[in-house]
Amino acid sequence: MSGAEFGQQFINALSLGSIYALVAIGLAMVFSILRLINFAHGEALMIGAVFAVLFAERGLPWPVWTLLAVAVTVLGGLIVERVAYRPLRGAPDVTLLLTSLGVSIGLQNGALLTFGSQPRAFPTPEPLLGQILLPGAVQISRVNLVTVLTAISLMVVLTWFVTRTQTGIAMRATAENAMAARLMGININTVIVVAFLLGAALAGVAALLWGARVGRVEYSMGFIPVLKAFVATVIGGFGSIPGAVLGAYILGFGEIFLVALLPDSLTSYRDAFIFSALILILLFRPQGILGSTEPEKI
Amino acid sequence: MLVLHDVRVFYGAIQAVKGVSLEVREHELVTIVGANGAGKTTTLRTISGIYRPQTGSITFEGKNLAALASHEIVSLGISQAPEGRQIFGSLSVRDNLALGATRRRDRAGIAQDLEYVYSLFPVLGERLNQSGGTLSGGEQQMLAIARALMAKPRLLLLDEPSLGLAPMLVNRIFAVISRLKETGVTILLVEQNARKALEIADRAYVMETGRVILTGDARDLAANPEIEKAYLGG
Repeated sequence: MSGAEFGQQFINALSLGSIYALVAIGLAMVFSILRLINFAHGEALMIGAVFAVLFAERGLPWPVWTLLAVAVTVLGGLIVERVAYRPLRGAPDVTLLLTSLGVSIGLQNGALLTFGSQPRAFPTPEPLLGQILLPGAVQISRVNLVTVLTAISLMVVLTWFVTRTQTGIAMRATAENAMAARLMGININTVIVVAFLLGAALAGVAALLWGARVGRVEYSMGFIPVLKAFVATVIGGFGSIPGAVLGAYILGFGEIFLVALLPDSLTSYRDAFIFSALILILLFRPQGILGSTEPEKI
Repeated sequence: MLVLHDVRVFYGAIQAVKGVSLEVREHELVTIVGANGAGKTTTLRTISGIYRPQTGSITFEGKNLAALASHEIVSLGISQAPEGRQIFGSLSVRDNLALGATRRRDRAGIAQDLEYVYSLFPVLGERLNQSGGTLSGGEQQMLAIARALMAKPRLLLLDEPSLGLAPMLVNRIFAVISRLKETGVTILLVEQNARKALEIADRAYVMETGRVILTGDARDLAANPEIEKAYLGG
């Protein structure tokens, strides 16, 4: 691989990892507080992309339809929390898991009925099309560059939120020990709503970046990213936000460089290699890379 | 101030509290003593709204606590340092203390109370940026009490503050509890260390298998031969 080619693949891997990270953060955040593996999180991404297409088809300028698409995704996340998950507060984890699968199937079928089964082109805004030439003949696509910059800025803002604001600190406290958090006077419902709001907002942004990356939008498009985000959170240590981000980038780099380095005849086995690596990691570190096995202190 | 009347609490099918009635009057230090599994912790957590009573009533200054969420109960002026300390190990001492003041908006008052808890427990002031999990057991207990004080409670619930601490630290914790009582905070103290608790309390309730079996003046109970035999190892 030449230096220029390596540079291109590097940015591409960083970009893919960034999208996985945005989706994985939402999964990890909700899991850390509710012990819920929210498989319907992929549908947040699908909804964001579908509404982006619908708003763009109305002829709205792109700064408007991107914002609207994220807003609709957030609204969707809040509705799902209120309607599907809140009534199950205190229910066994497996009930929550099955509910999230149900919500996922329901939303996909809703999209199938209204949006149709045919994929539509993602209306990537004009300024994002094309390539940028960096020194050393490294060519990178504008979409990749914007993806990486957007994701990193959002992660910086999120880090500030969870470490510096009262609500963010309350979120971490609730994730660590929900009963103690309640005894401090933290309103658990508020914390859960904020977690869904942030998770859906990040998924909404990821929807736009994913749409621009793959170029098309369809009702089932949430499945692969949420599956990859799930793998990322497992690799990193379920419930840990830094772990989810780390896992997402490991996955992004693994996928891109496997394809780049493997002989052509083997590239179609990419996911087989990725999931074998997952099994290996879990054999040696079942708690994930940054997960803790520390029992609760008594 | 706080009145429990015939409170029953179930965990699934198991009845952990079988009709407890008790009262805490303003400025009193009341203790609930009894062996492990007597229902003391369940009673305290039910007051804080973590568990719900199946029957009976819990009122605080005439308000029905059983109808309120746990965060609303903290807003009324009841805070708790729970059994096993339960500090947030991954958060700094500073953040732990700030979370104690979750329901408050009076910045000046919060700053003042921070100074106050540092004066009670100077070691916390030296460890502000350390994560709670790195503190020793005694320091964690101090943090748990300080965190509960940051809510500026009028009724402070303390659950087994001496659990697992060396005798010297137990004495320090109890000295602080006596000092808090003198400042006018009303305290309900749950303890297995009955001897220590009866020394500093005004009144006491003795619980056994979910029921109050004895109540009275703390000094009288400490002198009661039956209590001495069962709980004071006499």
